[in-house]
Formats: sequence, structure tokens, C-alpha cells
Amino acid sequence: MITLEAYFDYVILPILSISVMLVFIRLFKGPSLVDRVIALDLVITIGIGIITVYSIRSNQEVFLDVAIILALIAFLGTVAFAYYIEKQKK
Amino acid sequence: MIDIILAFLSTVGVLSILFAAIGIMRMPDFYLRLSVTVKAATLGVGLLLICAAIMFPDISVTTKAIAIIFFLIITGPIGAHMIGRAAYFSRTPLWKGTIIDELAGKYNEETHELESDGKDTKGDDKDQEPNVAKTDEETE
Repeated sequence: MITLEAYFDYVILPILSISVMLVFIRLFKGPSLVDRVIALDLVITIGIGIITVYSIRSNQEVFLDVAIILALIAFLGTVAFAYYIEKQKK
Repeated sequence: MIDIILAFLSTVGVLSILFAAIGIMRMPDFYLRLSVTVKAATLGVGLLLICAAIMFPDISVTTKAIAIIFFLIITGPIGAHMIGRAAYFSRTPLWKGTIIDELAGKYNEETHELESDGKDTKGDDKDQEPNVAKTDEETE
């Protein structure tokens, strides 16, 4: 009988790490700037998930405050990038 | 019993995030990548946060988790729409198998306004051809 802690440690967190690695490949090779912007947005969103799982595992609910700030920064970054990409002259 | 619920929710959430990551790798086009990632990643992170809300018996954690989920659901489509609109204006090419681009010629290039019929568009940009890529290498 596996415990829920072992399941979080050996299944959930490795899958999240693999997801971040796959998104980083797109962040490096993305052919245009907007590809890199959405890859960065997705990295931060998966980071919120990793912080949530880590706060479950370490019994520290304070880490969820960091997740709130990261969600805010991801939204502001995407909106700022979109605003200036739309403004720029080719 | 509560462990089974937690394992189920976290598994569905993390698989959804994994599918979003595979989709951003494998999809052939910026717009298809955008449509994959925003929905799947929001669903996955929301399910993981529901896991945290069930796991901690404290009411403050539940409030924080609901606040983050609400914020993600509100801001995800706004950011996706803005970056998709910016990509269309900066002429990011569509996938080479695209059949129809219904927005082609409908946007005024100077004012960035959407005009439905396209007949009254000032300037000569109303008959431009859709920005579809010729090869796979342009959009990867």
C-alpha cells in the first residue's frame, strides 16, 4: 500500500518537472517572440502547481502566498508583452 | 477515502498539465499552441489547488486557493486574447494546412479596429492574402 506522500513525491512532482522541461525546450527554440511569451506564461503557471504540491508535502501553507504573487506577475508580464508587441513597428 | 479523492484530483490535474506541455511542444502553429496551453494549464493548476484546499483543514488555505483559482480563471483568457491579437498584428504565420483565415483583411492596419464588412476600409489593405506559412519550418 503506497501512501499519499510517496505518491506526491514519486509521481506528481516528477511529472511536473518533465512538463517544465518540455516547455523550456519551446522557450529556447520558439520561432517567434510570441511563442516565447506563452512558453514563459506556461512555465510560471506550472510553477504555481509545483509550489502548491510542495506546500502540501511540507505542511507549510505560507507558500500559497507566493503562488498568488506569481499568478499576478504572470498576468502582468503577458499583458505588458502583448501591449508592446502590438505597438512595435516592423 | 479522502486519500483516494486527493490522489484522483492530483492525477487528473497533473496529467492535464503534462498534456499542455506536450501540446506546446508538438503543435505546428502559434495559435494552436495558444489554444492548447491556456485551458489545460488552468484546469490542471486549479485541480492541484483544490487538492491543497482539501488537504489543509484551515479555512484560510481554502480562501487562498479559491482566490488563486478565481484569479487564474479571470486572467487566463484575457492574457491569451491579448497575446493572440498581438501575434496576429505582428503577422505571425499560420500553419500551412490552414483552410480559411476569416480575419484576413478585416482589421484596419492603422487603427487596429475590427470592421465587419471590409468594404469601407480606407486604404488598400482589404484584399491582402491570408498570412499562411508555405513550409513547416516557418512555424515549426
